[in-house]
Amino acid sequence: MAVIRDVMPAFELFQPTSIEDAQAVLSRYGAGAWVLAGGLDSLDWLKDRIRRPQAVVDLGGIAALKGIRERDGGLEIGAMATLTEVVRHPAVRERYAILLEAAEVAASPQIRNQGTIGGNVSQDTRCWYYRAGWPCYRAGGNICYADTPEAINREHAILGADRCVAVNPSDTAPALVVLDAQMVIRTAGGGERIVNAEDYFVGPAIDITRMTVLEPGDLLTAIRLPATWAGAQFYFEKIRDRQVWDFALVSIASAMRTSGGTIDRIRIAVNGVAARPLRLAAVEALVEGRPRNESTAVVAANLAIEGAQPLRFNAYKVPLMRNLVKRAIRGVEATTWTS
Amino acid sequence: MDFLTWGRNPWDLPVLQHISWDLLWASLFAGVVFLVAHASYMVFSAHRKRHADETDAMEAARADLPPRIQRHSLPARLFHWVMAASMFTLLLTAFLPIAGVQFPWVTWHWVAGLVLTASIVFHIIHATVWLDFWSIWVGPRDVPELRAELLRELGHEVPGPRPGKYPLGNRLYHLAIVVTALVVVASGLFMMVRVRTPFFTRNPYLFSDGTWGLTYVSHGLGGVALVGLVIAHVYFAVRPDKWWITKSMILGWITRRQYLEHHDPDRWIMNR
Repeated sequence: MAVIRDVMPAFELFQPTSIEDAQAVLSRYGAGAWVLAGGLDSLDWLKDRIRRPQAVVDLGGIAALKGIRERDGGLEIGAMATLTEVVRHPAVRERYAILLEAAEVAASPQIRNQGTIGGNVSQDTRCWYYRAGWPCYRAGGNICYADTPEAINREHAILGADRCVAVNPSDTAPALVVLDAQMVIRTAGGGERIVNAEDYFVGPAIDITRMTVLEPGDLLTAIRLPATWAGAQFYFEKIRDRQVWDFALVSIASAMRTSGGTIDRIRIAVNGVAARPLRLAAVEALVEGRPRNESTAVVAANLAIEGAQPLRFNAYKVPLMRNLVKRAIRGVEATTWTS
Repeated sequence: MDFLTWGRNPWDLPVLQHISWDLLWASLFAGVVFLVAHASYMVFSAHRKRHADETDAMEAARADLPPRIQRHSLPARLFHWVMAASMFTLLLTAFLPIAGVQFPWVTWHWVAGLVLTASIVFHIIHATVWLDFWSIWVGPRDVPELRAELLRELGHEVPGPRPGKYPLGNRLYHLAIVVTALVVVASGLFMMVRVRTPFFTRNPYLFSDGTWGLTYVSHGLGGVALVGLVIAHVYFAVRPDKWWITKSMILGWITRRQYLEHHDPDRWIMNR
């Protein structure tokens, strides 16, 4: 863990009141600009002096990025809506309860009051080698300190690793993936780009230095929840070392529609096992049309962990993920936990 | 323009990481400049070619030669094209991501590297045992040919030696590619220890930071040099006046007339 030095390096602080003004600053400073949403991830980086931006753009004064509103039968959540606002919004509670559950288990009440949903999905990985400022792949170097014979890698990836073994820490990300959410991005050129939540997150095989598709100058402005999965049967579970203020070791989210005990349609995603939340498309294809029972859950769970490559200290994540997939498909009460 | 990229290790000491990717663009630029300069020279210069009637006379005198002269055996051609495919795969997987085209490149890269390594091992054995090993190398004995070829390029009528099986430029290119390819292959094989493969337990601590830095710099320098070298190679392969050589790398043979026109029969001796 890095030593927090508490004295941030000097930077210019901008507090724009419109998206256009924010983007003008971002364009002017390019890669030297830092976007500040709730500030919870940002202040760690700045106080540790690992990140030394020339300019910090505080989005807190942009009204257009706030609030939760109805849109095309679904919801549009401003990127600067706090996690508490998400949790307390009646439409989220009524139709998208999985997002409520995911947001509600993020960090602590104080952090949820300050942290935004845009920041939650865009936050950087918690790999301590990386966050300590070591010159790893993700920091532009040519080594992964977490994947060595001596590394302490209990929280790291078991799937999708490519040189870097960091994992995505977001609680809301897997919920948004299963809801088929769309991320609204204002690009550096001033255009608007809509990206499916599943494609918003980037693994190290594609770009080892980024967690999302956001380029310098891009701004996540809103997250749209279509009506597709509104009111479905949801399941969310986050496994962590302590029950408050901790990141997920593994989390799972699923949305399901059933008829007569048969799974008609399902979305299922896990996080904490790879550098991006993983939608388990093969599992979805396997279980759709099958009865929602223990045997379906077992087959699906075994399929889900295919290809897992644990590191020295994180092999426990394999049975953990397998059991979470079983529980997500079958339900907690009827599922037998296996090691 | 930077030449090297440095980082700081956990002890806050400077460590060499890799070459600056500015060098990729420099190599690309150098390759294209060479291409344009050479093409311009070939259009505007008075370089000397053997006259048709001279070749006619030689062909009449050497009617005992077969109409098709084998230039490259099937194994040699297979090696060449396997090596070419792996080389293009290596360059594309290495440099497209740097140029901004993002895709999962690492596995493709090291697999292509292993194919290149295997093809080079095969080539060394094949050339040593079955081919005229020394015909591709350059040395002091080639100075008269170098002088004669330079004078011909400048438009002079020179009686000096003509190429044996391989033109001098071809042999010099081979030497350059041998050096760069061996550097990237040797460094690349060690770098495989730092990524997940079925062959090694990943261990970035095999070498010290400094040695790894030199390994990465060697690999990068070889890689960007290959960009320029491959541009030059492709340029010569598609030039109309060199198409007969390219064709021989596909079909394996050249005509008797091409043999007599471009080679010195005393230096590349055909069995009658």
